[in-house]
Amino acid sequence: MTATARRVVVTGMGATTPLGGDVRSTWEGALAGRSGARPFSASWTQEYDLPVTFGAQAAVPAEDVLERREIKRLDPSQQFAVIAAREAWADAGTPEVDPLRLASVVATGIGGIWTLLTAYDTLREKGARRVLPLTVPMLMGNGPTAAISLEFTARAGAHTPVSACASGAEALAYGADMIRTGRADIVIAGGTEAAIHPLPIASFAAMHALSRRNEDPARASRPFDTQRDGFVLGEGAGIVVLESEEHARARGARVHAELLSAGLSADAHHVAAPEPEGAGVARAVRDALRSADLTPADLHHVNAHATSTPAGDVAEDKGLRLALGDAVDGVAVSATKSMTGHLLGAAGAVESILTVRALQERTAPPTINVDDLDPDVSLDVVRKDARPLNGTGRLVGLNNAFGFGGHNISLVFASV
Amino acid sequence: MASEQEILSGLAEIVNEETGLPTDSVQADKSFTDDLDIDSLSMMTIVVNAEEKFGVRIPDEDVKNLRTVGDAVAYISQAQG
Repeated sequence: MTATARRVVVTGMGATTPLGGDVRSTWEGALAGRSGARPFSASWTQEYDLPVTFGAQAAVPAEDVLERREIKRLDPSQQFAVIAAREAWADAGTPEVDPLRLASVVATGIGGIWTLLTAYDTLREKGARRVLPLTVPMLMGNGPTAAISLEFTARAGAHTPVSACASGAEALAYGADMIRTGRADIVIAGGTEAAIHPLPIASFAAMHALSRRNEDPARASRPFDTQRDGFVLGEGAGIVVLESEEHARARGARVHAELLSAGLSADAHHVAAPEPEGAGVARAVRDALRSADLTPADLHHVNAHATSTPAGDVAEDKGLRLALGDAVDGVAVSATKSMTGHLLGAAGAVESILTVRALQERTAPPTINVDDLDPDVSLDVVRKDARPLNGTGRLVGLNNAFGFGGHNISLVFASV
Repeated sequence: MASEQEILSGLAEIVNEETGLPTDSVQADKSFTDDLDIDSLSMMTIVVNAEEKFGVRIPDEDVKNLRTVGDAVAYISQAQG
């Protein structure tokens, strides 16, 4: 980053999550330590004899928000993205912007899987003539960013980084780059996922990635706890409005936070397992801090990726200690997936929003269900109740997001 | 077999679900493209749904001849007969 590089600020935020249908209710739910996990109501849990019978479904169904016509023409992953984008855009004050200076970068880890598999059912049961013409635009991974580009007339570019559960964070990193390099003044950026369908559940369960605490869903997501046994599948979207600082200032926009930098790395270790010593994680964290001209001692808060898997949480612990050294002891670490579940390609975006809210409110949300902290975890995990963040003046927070494939992404935000 | 009036109201429901247009705007004399502003992708969706709803087959080569809502009603009525 050069001294003349443009600064990137967050001027709008929107979300629909297992904790609530907007940012306010999601943040309040997280602060209160509420779990969004509950048993699936759908009959397919029994129909397919799934080993996992619960998840973290969106608190407000898209059908309750969008028009019937929109529901029919958009895959659920697009529906969540559109809902969150509308909130974010309104929150940003509905900016007046040249369409050629507005971009959309909205990611998904899995894409339009409901549309794909429903269309396949139709093909097998009723034949090719019954497959609807909108099947491709609904199932394609770039469907959500396309829907948002269309709705907001974003013509500077429409992009879809795909890096599994790091996708949402990568979208923010890409969007910030577009602003820093001058390709856009405003970017609608974030992630979305709608994969609560029997096939992904069976697939994640087959690799033993999901918690099987069927009898007690609210206590199943327990990052850093000794009894953790996998993640809880969630769904929803998080979208932010990123804007160049001068553009935001010129229009008198309210600024939530500054997106200082991003660090990106790849493990090249295993397609699904994390590198056990956290070396790749550490490189992403270090790169992010270095790009922001910060030292580990400048950091106040981390929203960890921490999905509640036995291997992943410990690797992140090691990676953070490797990158931050003893300074990690002064950092309040929250694992909000303990409440939201794991929103896959939306996780990095939703957790970026929670990071920004934490800096604004100068309060770290709790990590619930940590009854017995894993002795291999040395981080200062914020447990049980929310905690005020130490520090006067500007606060700095880091959000981690990692994905199958070995993707590691760290984003650094600062309060304003 | 449905009457032409039943076909018209069934078709209006399909058009409403696809486009959001109010059902009472879907009248026999309206052109799908010029009056109702329905693009080719939406038209194909309407055809697929109409085939399912009315139990008929509307081959692609016939779809281009269905200029108005009335044309479609007449076609479906004849195909059912």
